[in-house]
Amino acid sequence: MPTKVAIIGVGHTAFRATSPGLSYKELMFEAATRAYEDAGLDARSEIDSFLTCSEDLAEGTSIFDEYVPDQIGGAERPVYTVSGDTIQGLATAYMQIASGIVDVVSVEAHSKASNVVTPGELHAFALDPIFVRPLGFNAHAMAGLEASAYLATTSTTREQCAHVVAKNRRNALANPSAAHAAAIDPQDVLSSPPAFAPLTELEVSAPADGALVIVLASEERAKKLKRQPVWLRGIGWSTGSGITSGTDGSSADYARSAAEMAYRMAGIGDPRQGIDFAEVDDSYSYKEPQHLEALGLFGPGRAGAATADGATARDGDLPVNVSGGSLGVGQLFEASGGQKVAEVVAQLRGEAGPRQLKKAKTGLAQSWRGIPTATGAVVVLSRD
Amino acid sequence: MTERTLPGTPLSDEDMQQGKVLTLNWPASLRYEWDTGVAIGRFLRELKNGRIIGRSCHRCQRVLIPPRMFCERCFRPTDAWQFVQDSGSVNTYSLSHLRWDASRVEEPILVAVIEIDGSSQGGLLHYLGDVRPEEIHIGMKVKAVWKPAEEREGSILDIRHFRPIDTAQDGPA
Repeated sequence: MPTKVAIIGVGHTAFRATSPGLSYKELMFEAATRAYEDAGLDARSEIDSFLTCSEDLAEGTSIFDEYVPDQIGGAERPVYTVSGDTIQGLATAYMQIASGIVDVVSVEAHSKASNVVTPGELHAFALDPIFVRPLGFNAHAMAGLEASAYLATTSTTREQCAHVVAKNRRNALANPSAAHAAAIDPQDVLSSPPAFAPLTELEVSAPADGALVIVLASEERAKKLKRQPVWLRGIGWSTGSGITSGTDGSSADYARSAAEMAYRMAGIGDPRQGIDFAEVDDSYSYKEPQHLEALGLFGPGRAGAATADGATARDGDLPVNVSGGSLGVGQLFEASGGQKVAEVVAQLRGEAGPRQLKKAKTGLAQSWRGIPTATGAVVVLSRD
Repeated sequence: MTERTLPGTPLSDEDMQQGKVLTLNWPASLRYEWDTGVAIGRFLRELKNGRIIGRSCHRCQRVLIPPRMFCERCFRPTDAWQFVQDSGSVNTYSLSHLRWDASRVEEPILVAVIEIDGSSQGGLLHYLGDVRPEEIHIGMKVKAVWKPAEEREGSILDIRHFRPIDTAQDGPA
């Protein structure tokens, strides 16, 4: 039996397209204060270890570890950054707790995407300098390549992808923390200007600013707290071969293998039976059905049609991205997966307000680190 | 000692410039506009006014320079704005004979941490000026030399440097 570890506190700011009045430190302080209050823990004496998930180039400051302790309660305490998504940070926290060296870990992630004046240059920096950068195209075109391959391979239609966008932007209307809620229809998506065809502008998630903190604890500590723990049943992560130009990327294999790792740990044989709802990466419209299929929640090529039929709606058989997802809440750099985890925790606790699901005993959150990566992570959470 | 001959073909700058070697050049052009937020935003505005402002924490009784809206020791919001002096004492210093790009300078750059009078510990990293390097010592009393008001733009460089306090001119420290 794997060691039991629980999420005992979650806090986040609202996610907004811009946040000119606050520094990233002030956003992080708000998220941390909310999370520690939620957990009922004193930041300076009852948290053993602190992690921040961030990528130096997104911050504009290298060795970013040095800039995070004060505002999360970590001054003169064990702190480091994980250059990965929040769910990879949760995996690191799990290992710290399971190894027995600490009992309580704080995991922080944030986005100040509005402060990056040259996002295109940031993306270009992640492309292979010899084979891809000299070609000079916008890195989002890599998603266009994947989308073409995925649509062709699975017979998923552009209309079905447009349904994903409309669903998630509308779901965000019930989420006061979402930056990009909108009452739009699939036709609005299809008729928006072409961006990286077959993708239109509305099929590319827009960035947002915000910060979040998730607190994890050992079973022994979790059971002593007044808060109902949310148990981390399974976690997995995976990265593709690293040859971004050599595969068509139609099947999101990183998500498949990350899910296999998480399901094995959670003892889940048939994910569709074991999972009640999911928050999956939807950085681009087609990513949601592609990921749902890689996660084994739908058969190959079935998720698009199911979405158009309403199966993934808030009142469907398998609600997906009830929070609004990245399309509705916003693209949050390394906090994207964390926002999905925060939603799963809120649903499992019955605290999701107007978007609360009736059946929410076990939920899944999945992240993808975005273009041009083939890196994903999966976590399965449950009430018991 | 016999000269060691390493295997391989030596390369010169000339070889590179003449294109005898295949190279790839990628100039980074990343740009950021950081939101300064409540605390640092006010701090910079006050520098433009020729003043230094901090934030106080009523629990640990410290005045934080540069200001922040949270106290990292107590992990709670700080309580109040507080103007401090534009004088202080040298906490530590270094005579930097190399620039940031490691090229050598004729006269050393005088770098110091200034504990600002009225604040608690730490302080501002800044330059010393109007002083002979050999006169600098830890504990030396110094005062800010400001740019003229019309040249100030809300930057740490609105203070040109800190100079030793001249008791004849400035009165007793």
